[in-house]
Amino acid sequence: MESNYIAISYGQLALSALLIVVNLALSVALRLGLAQSLLIAALRMVLQLLLIGFVLEWLFTQDNALVVVAIALVMTAIAGVSAVNRTRRRFAGIYWHSLLSVLTASALVTGFATVGIIRVQPWYDPQYLIPLLGMVLGNTLNGISLGLDRFMEGLVAQRDQVETLLALGATRWEAAHQTVREAIRVGMIPTINSMMVMGLVSLPGMMTGQILAGANPIDAVRYQIVIVLMIAAGAALGIFGVVLLAYRRLLSPDHQLRLDYLVKQ
Amino acid sequence: MEPNQCLLSVENLGRQLAERWLWRGVSLELNAGDCLGLVAPSGAGKTLLMRNLVMLDPIQQGKIRFEGKPPAAWGLPAYRCRVMYVPQRATAFEGTVEDNLKRAFALGIHSQRRFDPAVIHTWLEQLGRSPEFLHLQGARLSGGEAQILALLRALQLHPQVLLLDEPTASLDAATTAQVEALLHHWLQQSNRACMLTSHDAEQVRRVTHWQLNLGDFI
Repeated sequence: MESNYIAISYGQLALSALLIVVNLALSVALRLGLAQSLLIAALRMVLQLLLIGFVLEWLFTQDNALVVVAIALVMTAIAGVSAVNRTRRRFAGIYWHSLLSVLTASALVTGFATVGIIRVQPWYDPQYLIPLLGMVLGNTLNGISLGLDRFMEGLVAQRDQVETLLALGATRWEAAHQTVREAIRVGMIPTINSMMVMGLVSLPGMMTGQILAGANPIDAVRYQIVIVLMIAAGAALGIFGVVLLAYRRLLSPDHQLRLDYLVKQ
Repeated sequence: MEPNQCLLSVENLGRQLAERWLWRGVSLELNAGDCLGLVAPSGAGKTLLMRNLVMLDPIQQGKIRFEGKPPAAWGLPAYRCRVMYVPQRATAFEGTVEDNLKRAFALGIHSQRRFDPAVIHTWLEQLGRSPEFLHLQGARLSGGEAQILALLRALQLHPQVLLLDEPTASLDAATTAQVEALLHHWLQQSNRACMLTSHDAEQVRRVTHWQLNLGDFI
């Protein structure tokens, strides 16, 4: 296939390293003490992306559903674990809750989009499945982190209110559903915000990429719309799942608030 | 109904913090008409015993029965309506005192009951408060006012056993006497009992019929 975009050579890539000099100069001049972290972060970014470039190149030649699904599962597992790593508190089983929520949400949403909407043949074609899954995972992960963190912090902050309600005869749901709702709402805020200004403030990365690669902008926009809706659905399902699982854990069937399960990081 | 019917019975209750037993082997029977004073030095776990009695914390050892049935058989919300715990630090929800009182009736377990302003007015009068008290903002109540709110919020739900944790700790002497009179009057009605803690030994002697020293169960 002849490409109608300018490929970037390694020499040109090296030239882009000049851009990081801007950050370094600023850090040194203002003594921000960020030079070292900046260098490490930039280096990590370059290595991780080059690595994933090779992996994807190899992956796209694969015609084996098992290999693709295995890679997808690894990506999902990393997302599930990372989501928990950003929370300030933990409880036993929190990683399983996150994994289960990420897996269910991303499988449902990505499955529906590839098989039902885009109708990829075969269904596991890695060129479609992997990038789409990646987009959904990245956003679901953020939502889960925020929602989970907010739920646990909310329970700690409103402990007296929740227990006062329980003591008055409230069921665990009556005592905690406001905290549940608030956590889901907070988890969804970034997704809703970004949808609100999409195209006005931000040109989404995927769409920019497609346009650079020579796609018709209208085609790129259509893809982008599908993806944003996938992201919104994935985040909503993931947050809903993880907050409800955490609710079932931290509010016992005996209608007790079990903050003793929480361990601060 | 027999006059001395046992309402709440506790058998061999124990509470562990980390590896240490705070108290264990606590057994008691609370009969209708009883007012029990729970005494012990601070930090001995009086509050934890009360929280255990309404199962806000899981039971580590021992058995609780209310009218012969364990809490699980009542269902926890139904059990906590009958055995009601009023914590020392009173919590007010958003809104006025009246909103706070009505909040309890929004719970499914109380859906058969209605907020009764007449009863509340009577109690407020007995506590030397004007009906204006109902319109104060819950968030701006003083410690003592919040305790009054918490007490009324519990009383209006007609519990049979009241567990009061330092119910008058933030009240002045006059209001304390009025709360004591209100409780005394409340206990006169059939099939009711009360357990309270107080840092004021004089009050415990004055109000309660018998005492349980948690220090005896270490």
